[in-house]
Amino acid sequence: MQAAQAGKAVITRERPLAGAFRKLWQNKLATVCFIVLTVEIAVLLLAPLIAPFDPEATNIRAKLAPGFWAQWSQNPKEREAYRPQHPLGTDHLGRDMLSRLLWGGRVSLTVGFISTAMGLFFGVIFGMLAGYYKRLDNPIMRLMDLLFTFPGILLAMLIIAMLGASTFNATLAISIWSVPSFARMVRGRVLQIREEDYVMAIRSSGATDARILLAHVLKNCLPLIIVIATMRMASSIISISTLSYLGMGVPPPAPEWGGMIAAAKEYMWKRPSLIVIPGLAVMITIICLNVLGDKLRDILDPSLRD
Amino acid sequence: MGRYIVKRLLMMVFLLLGMTFIVFASLHLASGDPAEMVAGVTATPEDIERVRVSLGLDKPFLLQYLTYLKNLFTLNLGTSFTTRQPIVQEIAVRLPHTLNLACASILLSILVGVPAGIITALNKDRMLDSVISTGAMVGISIPNFWLGTMLIYLFSVVLRWLPSGGMSAPFWTAEGFRQAILPAMALSTATIASFTRIGRSAMLEVLQSDYIRTARSKGLPGRSVIYIHALRNALIPLFTQFGTSFGGLLGGAVITEQVFVVNGIGTYLINAINTRNYPVVQSTVLIIAGLFIIVNLAVDLLYVVIDPRIQYS
Repeated sequence: MQAAQAGKAVITRERPLAGAFRKLWQNKLATVCFIVLTVEIAVLLLAPLIAPFDPEATNIRAKLAPGFWAQWSQNPKEREAYRPQHPLGTDHLGRDMLSRLLWGGRVSLTVGFISTAMGLFFGVIFGMLAGYYKRLDNPIMRLMDLLFTFPGILLAMLIIAMLGASTFNATLAISIWSVPSFARMVRGRVLQIREEDYVMAIRSSGATDARILLAHVLKNCLPLIIVIATMRMASSIISISTLSYLGMGVPPPAPEWGGMIAAAKEYMWKRPSLIVIPGLAVMITIICLNVLGDKLRDILDPSLRD
Repeated sequence: MGRYIVKRLLMMVFLLLGMTFIVFASLHLASGDPAEMVAGVTATPEDIERVRVSLGLDKPFLLQYLTYLKNLFTLNLGTSFTTRQPIVQEIAVRLPHTLNLACASILLSILVGVPAGIITALNKDRMLDSVISTGAMVGISIPNFWLGTMLIYLFSVVLRWLPSGGMSAPFWTAEGFRQAILPAMALSTATIASFTRIGRSAMLEVLQSDYIRTARSKGLPGRSVIYIHALRNALIPLFTQFGTSFGGLLGGAVITEQVFVVNGIGTYLINAINTRNYPVVQSTVLIIAGLFIIVNLAVDLLYVVIDPRIQYS
């Protein structure tokens, strides 16, 4: 009997992340966004298998073909121009839109994910050091303030001006641009955690700083980190498509959602779908990430609400 | 309070100096030899060496930085690699367009975002609140360049109501207004959304405070409680957001200008990055970041006047 109760006590021990996940499922909107993102990531991962064409293969005879909606068009020319092998139509070089959308999304999401992860890694290190060691606080945070003086994606642009335009450099630039905001938020949280009684208790029991920081402070920053990483992923994806749109990100002919919009701009009077579809793809991804971030914040860290 | 102002001014000097250093150093490290670019493709090694000396590129790094700072004080930003014109003059032609766009956008953000935030707070958990809040969520999620392109398609290509680009007059003139509507809409959407969200939570917090309850309980009409007592206090957090938002708009203007073919410093910067025109990149980044630092300082100092409750040390 006692043993059973002890076992129960272990099971019901507080596990905030698992609880948060359960609460997330209770929210319809968050669930929908989670499912959309999961499906999107799965489809993008399977792009090599499901994309009907090589995303860079041109076909001059099938330039600017309309998508499946042309079947219901009033205009007989449009109905004729539709080719079933290109369900979303083709671009100005006759490249298959569906294949480019899938491969382009892989690039956008990969860059978004890697740059968020890299920014997170350095941002968390800087934030924890600045929050935990009073000596390091001023130098680290003033450096972050300096990086904050470049508004918007100006810092990323400066880095690309320095290194040259490539997918790798854009990823690097976006991750450096993410570091200060991660550092600032993590530092704020560490400042609070440092004063908690249990940290004092652990320290008085002889734990080293490294152990306190990695095992306890980091663990208690985790909810915050999950929330800001989700939201930052959204802005990283916007950034890579913006940079590609401006010709500073993923170099053509490789597909990327922002770059696809830039290339289709001249043809929008004839084929508006070429700018509508990649833009919608970016927007849906960003909305889902932002909604998830919002709900996660409400559940994990209500104090962060603006 | 005097000490606070001095501290903020010193901070500004530090940020301006540090920022110029980052800009200078990052382009100093850039790949490619500026002397070779200035001399041109047909130059002999001796020519390149002569250009290097004339540009001062043979001197030690720190000395070059100090010379650069000294030139900044005399508003000498150097000459453009491509046009060989003084950069100050080229910026003076373009900066008004960028400021015109940024000011039109911040005005639009305030005029739409603040009322939207208050309306949502007053209608909390009702239909109107959820509609506007969802709109704000979509607003912060739309990439600004895509929204701009879509607006051009809708209002210039399909409806033919508004020009698809260009900027020749300030936004308060009839012609300038027509030119500024679409770019300002594209640029300010994210700011409108953030003003709505901040305004909503600020207003909700104020409405729950003791002095509002007191004002209501002494029999003041609901309208005057909301518009005189509550609104004034709810505007304070929005005001702190103003500096960051203005910076965001300046940074975003770089992109919007490119979409709407506005001859501002954003377009100038992007062309300079694509042609590796380093002095121009340096100067434009410097101007945008410098403006941002100064606006933030102004907001911080005005804050002391607006909210006397806070103790400054």
